[in-house]
Amino acid sequence: MPREFRLPDLGEGLTEAEVVEVLVREGDVIAEDAPLLEVETDKAKVEIPSPMGGRVEKIHVAPGQTVQVGAVLVTFADAAAGAAPRPAARAAAPAPAAAARVPAAPAPPAPARAAGPPPATPSTRRLARELGVDLAAVAGSGPGGRITDEDVRAHGGGGRAAAAPAAPAARTAPAPASPGGPAKPLAAVGLTPPALPRFEQWGPVERVPLSHLRRTIAERMALSASLVPHVTHFDRADITELEAIVRGGFEAARERGIYLTLTSFLLKAVATALGRHPHFNASLDPGAGELILKRYVHLGVAVATERGLIVPVLRDVDGKSVLEIARELAALAQRVRDGKATLEDLRGGTFTLTNIGALGGTGAIPIINYPEVAILAVARGRLEPTVRDGQVVPRLLLPLSLTFDHRVADGADGARFAADIVGLLENPGRLLLGL
Amino acid sequence: MVMGDLVREVDVVVLGGGPGGYSAAFRCAELGLEPVVVDAGGRLGGACLFEGCIPSKALLHAAHLIGEVERARELGIEFGEPRISLDPLRKWKADRVVGKLARGLTAVARGKKVEVVSGRGVFAGAREVRVEGDAPQTIRFAHAVVATGSVPRPLAGVATPGDRVMDSTAALEVPDVPERLLVIGGGYIGLELGQVYAALGSRVTMVELTDGLLPGVDRELVQPLGRRVERLFAAIHLGTRVTALRETDGAVEASLEGRALETFDRVLVAVGRRPVSEGLGLETTRARVDARGIIEVDAQCRTADPRVLAVGDVTGEPMLAHRAMRQGKVAAEVIAGRPAAFDNVAVPAVVFTDPEIAWCGLAEAAARAAGHEVKVTRFAWAASGRAATLGRADGLTKLVADAATGRILGVGLVGPNAGELVAEAALAVENALTAEDVAATIHAHPTLSEGFMEAAEALLG
Repeated sequence: MPREFRLPDLGEGLTEAEVVEVLVREGDVIAEDAPLLEVETDKAKVEIPSPMGGRVEKIHVAPGQTVQVGAVLVTFADAAAGAAPRPAARAAAPAPAAAARVPAAPAPPAPARAAGPPPATPSTRRLARELGVDLAAVAGSGPGGRITDEDVRAHGGGGRAAAAPAAPAARTAPAPASPGGPAKPLAAVGLTPPALPRFEQWGPVERVPLSHLRRTIAERMALSASLVPHVTHFDRADITELEAIVRGGFEAARERGIYLTLTSFLLKAVATALGRHPHFNASLDPGAGELILKRYVHLGVAVATERGLIVPVLRDVDGKSVLEIARELAALAQRVRDGKATLEDLRGGTFTLTNIGALGGTGAIPIINYPEVAILAVARGRLEPTVRDGQVVPRLLLPLSLTFDHRVADGADGARFAADIVGLLENPGRLLLGL
Repeated sequence: MVMGDLVREVDVVVLGGGPGGYSAAFRCAELGLEPVVVDAGGRLGGACLFEGCIPSKALLHAAHLIGEVERARELGIEFGEPRISLDPLRKWKADRVVGKLARGLTAVARGKKVEVVSGRGVFAGAREVRVEGDAPQTIRFAHAVVATGSVPRPLAGVATPGDRVMDSTAALEVPDVPERLLVIGGGYIGLELGQVYAALGSRVTMVELTDGLLPGVDRELVQPLGRRVERLFAAIHLGTRVTALRETDGAVEASLEGRALETFDRVLVAVGRRPVSEGLGLETTRARVDARGIIEVDAQCRTADPRVLAVGDVTGEPMLAHRAMRQGKVAAEVIAGRPAAFDNVAVPAVVFTDPEIAWCGLAEAAARAAGHEVKVTRFAWAASGRAATLGRADGLTKLVADAATGRILGVGLVGPNAGELVAEAALAVENALTAEDVAATIHAHPTLSEGFMEAAEALLG
């Protein structure tokens, strides 16, 4: 019996990936765990290892093709027919866990409907195009499963925000500070863009399709900006002393192969402050009406690449020294720039830091990396005249802004959290001790 | 720049004035864009109006009259033998049918301020079309729509000497009524024109390469037509290849595989049509043309070049005027930034023979191949009151529906007026109607359209 390998669930709500390269050819006999193909998802190029050994009978995808999770990628010949290793030893399941269910039931794609165009009238189809709704994903409520205008509108408006069902079972202990009464779902948010004007009337235009990454960024930013009420708090930190430490330790660190940067200290400060302000290390579950406090601190760091913005995640920053952070950050950023980041490098963040200092500017208001609830932006530090003990002295001031989800925290909370970060940056001794 | 070389700028240049081209141009004008149509003949209508659908239907009407006169004998009405004068027939076809419609299109174009430039349009990059012809000029455009259509496909591997071997364009001119006509190709063009010439008095021999007439069409629908042409034609050779044609002294000798040499007065080659994509300078744009000469387009009729769109026969099968017209409108709306798509489910097809054959949506086999659990019902027109009054009982309405939902996936029809009846079927399929929707809609009695309702009722059980 031929065995099919389908695109495994990549997690994090990723539903599709673009095939970059197919690393095997039909007829090849490959071992379990051998690289099968390379796909580009959301933000990373990922090499997908083969969950089974055997002869590759058919390759169903080609480079450049976008495939859905669950789509058949490769068919392997009958285990007996190919010169395949034993199917028994699958002790350490390879990364894509979903691939483990090898031969049996083919995972059906979303709605159970026969192939062919979704049943809808031409005017309903036009409406779906206007609203950017994929009819194949809409269940029809009309006679014979016909998709109505109402079905399309319901799917397009807020369908995504409301989609996450409440799963009240496994949630960790300490309840958020302000309970009182049963949890209720929040209202769904959903906007549909109006039709664009005809730009051709003013001059020639060109339509350029968005790259996979650009589209993902666009969707996620639009989701966050329309879903989350953003509020921003500004502050400045006097990092004269910190800068001296960074500079002083730079050479010594470099000799140990570590590139010491201000960012590493910023991450340390954020991680330390988050321990004291857990509301900012959380996610809101609007369906359940609950705040999910995370007992781990995984910090996303915005990295500009040629392909676009990518936010790799540094794990358990709260338990790490500045040097460890610096070393891991450098390696992580390199993987991202080389397009070699793994999915694990890119997900699970609890809070994001974006340092735009290298590019100048006096401040920025970023958009929250949903479903996180806050993001810290720092601009370029500048020497500025400052009054100290009645004297005007030049000090190095770092402008920073904390943008957070006003559903989760209020202005005073934000001010206190930001002040804590500023305090840590201004007292490097406390910062290094994690106090 | 050469003296006298005119350069102009437009929003949209449309190459080809056929149904796809003029539909695109008209819709562009309605949407406030300035289009210019470049057409080799300097006129609107294309192959459809001047050498295809329209003149063939005019001649088929004549053939139909002759057929009805013969049938009238059964009713006790005698007109005697028809005497056919080709000059008035050709003049009627050219002036009263084609000419009238062409003048109508010209008037519409004037009303919509759509200019038609005479000449051959050739791309010089994705911003310019050079027009070669009486009034050479360069047209700079924001968008271009390629609607250059198709031409009759020549017979592969067989030389076709002299004007006794005709393509469909030549045959529609009816140069004479040959005593013996060989029709090569048992597709819709060969069958339609074969019936015309048979009605006018030719002894028609048809040769078809595959083992059935109208390859690809539901056999059940082809059967009644097959029975009719067996009586009407002198001979039909299926599964037969033409290996050589030789013009000899006012006649053509044809070698048919496995048969003795036969002599015909004329030969009609009707083995399909091929897209016109060569010599258009498409290589100077990013548009991609496949090995068969078909321009590749997406659902928005866009080629791989963001400035160049293509519609109609030049984008491949089905090569039908009404598909081109819909694509033309889609292309115009896409250019205007509207969310249009050529996502049609039902492209009706009609063979205007006697009896007519028409279908839309999925045939039974295709529906099964697409993964549907299907239910098929039939209504034989022998039970239709209206068919009886017309003296025709050979019709059939066949309905293919999804077994689970009752949704109508496809409809096939054979019988008089099938080409008109398929309109309702297309409406049903395109709008995803169920058999119940159709069964509960009142159909006028007695009409042939009742067959669709009957077939739908049969499906409900």
